[in-house]
Amino acid sequence: MNSSVSFLIKLAAFQASCWAELYMLNYILKRLLSTIPVLIGISLLLFFMLRMLPGDPAQVLAGQMASPEEIENIRHQLGLDRPIYIQYISFLGRLAKFDLGRSARTQNPVIEEIWARLPNTLLLAVIAIALACLVGIPAGIISAVKPYSWIDYLVSITALFGLSMPVFWLGLMLVVVFSIVLKWLPAGGTGSWQHVVLPSVTLAAFVVAFIARMTRSTMLETLSQDFTTTARSKGLQEWVVIIKHALKNALIPIITVVGLQFGLLLGGAVLTETVFAWPGLGRLIVDSILARDYPVIQGTILIFGLLYILVNLIIDLLYALVDPRIRYD
Amino acid sequence: MTDSIDGPLRRKWAKLKRNKAALLGGILIIIYVTSALFAPVLFTGNPSAPDLMNSLESPSVDHPLGTDELGRSILGRIIYGSRISLLIAVGVVSVGMTIGIPLGLVSGYYRGKVDFIIQRATDTMLAFPGFLLALALVAVLGVGLKNTVISIGISMVPLYIRLVRGCVLSVREEVYVEAARAVGTRDVIILIRHILPNVMVPITVQTSLSMGTAILFAAGLGFLGIGIQPPTPEWGSMLGSARSYLFHAPHVATFPGIAIFLAVLSFNLLGDGLRDALDPRFKI
Repeated sequence: MNSSVSFLIKLAAFQASCWAELYMLNYILKRLLSTIPVLIGISLLLFFMLRMLPGDPAQVLAGQMASPEEIENIRHQLGLDRPIYIQYISFLGRLAKFDLGRSARTQNPVIEEIWARLPNTLLLAVIAIALACLVGIPAGIISAVKPYSWIDYLVSITALFGLSMPVFWLGLMLVVVFSIVLKWLPAGGTGSWQHVVLPSVTLAAFVVAFIARMTRSTMLETLSQDFTTTARSKGLQEWVVIIKHALKNALIPIITVVGLQFGLLLGGAVLTETVFAWPGLGRLIVDSILARDYPVIQGTILIFGLLYILVNLIIDLLYALVDPRIRYD
Repeated sequence: MTDSIDGPLRRKWAKLKRNKAALLGGILIIIYVTSALFAPVLFTGNPSAPDLMNSLESPSVDHPLGTDELGRSILGRIIYGSRISLLIAVGVVSVGMTIGIPLGLVSGYYRGKVDFIIQRATDTMLAFPGFLLALALVAVLGVGLKNTVISIGISMVPLYIRLVRGCVLSVREEVYVEAARAVGTRDVIILIRHILPNVMVPITVQTSLSMGTAILFAAGLGFLGIGIQPPTPEWGSMLGSARSYLFHAPHVATFPGIAIFLAVLSFNLLGDGLRDALDPRFKI
């Protein structure tokens, strides 16, 4: 009798876990499918970008110095003499193979130029977002725990200043203080950990304000909920209530903001990399715009778009892991 | 009848006036607008005329904020630069609103296929961070004032579409909209007379915040050398050229940055204040 009851309980648990996995799988599939229209939109944007430019797209892609043979070669490769939808399909085929053409400046394959610089931008972005979380989340928590105190005002004012400050100006001022006056850190370039400090701090300052603001407002909300009052009435220590009960429940909006800030960070990277002569994707796109190197511009925009979509996809999947209600929705 | 309209508006105005941060933002904006309007009175010289004998001078009585690499007064260029920045801010929100508001209204009101198409296009634009989208558009359109305004303006369009659509979705279910529909009022009239006035609050708040962002984006493009081109006095391009003289004359980079910072701060302060005063439910 006992063994059959325990078998039934195990079966029910197994069934529940199967359903949970199925819901999760369904959620992942739905979320993946929802990126398809955006991917099509990006491909259309890139495809028509060249055709919006004045002049012959083959000439534009080949660059000003290209010979007539090279231009003819590109024209044939792109199929510019064929109907527009055929051109688009062949463009999609090339995108799927990450064949982004050759740089008009260096004649190197665009994808090679991008791969060579992508790790530098990612390194800067990851360190900056980690720094921003390390500063922004505790600042937001302290601000929420002591609302309308001097520390709350200090955090709020600093956050507002952070939101209004031009990132490139902050970078220049950090160079003046830490490289020119104090001579502690290099003003630009790569090669050692010291080179990473100023660019990543500059980039982190760009997003820390958003994270601190969001942490404050969500923590204020969760700290006034019934479950925190219950936790306090059970006699738990205040830090346990804040970290284990309030922060855990405030995590989803905070994760959302961190994900959204990643996009802002990519935009900021363009400016920060220019200030510190950091050889990343941001610098690459600016140099390419100045040199009218359209294959590289197209490729870099594509990679930026894909990176942003990927990060948001990961964030959405993280929600479902953190909060099961989302995958059942 | 007058009281019922004036009452809430007066209360909101009083609330806005009590908000010291918003007041500070408003005062700063008035200072910027005044300096933009009276630039020729405040600075009598030509802000773009070089004076190589006085290049990279530190702040003095003649040049309160010093001079740049071509000997031009930094104060004069900042004063004239406020014209460009405000022009860009107004131009950008005009482009964003002109395209974004009608699309948001149509998308939220009609739903269905129209909504699907507009929203997927919006998703695509939102797949690029705002500054990168503006950068991509500049790559296609080219540099200069007009193209800077168009590029940044288009990058603001998805924000307005999303904002307006979200508000329309709730307003379209209101009884007065249903009543207007029931008596046979045309959709255009319903959208303009009944729905638009009710979504103006978040639009006003967004516009103030967008003006700050527009100044920041334009300065960023100018700094990279792909926005407003020299010798036009623009704060971002001033910072861009100051970068080469950072070691010898750091003041050249300091003051234009402060001008950008205060301008953006003023619009952010006013935007936050407007949101709190007009309707604290709309958290952007």
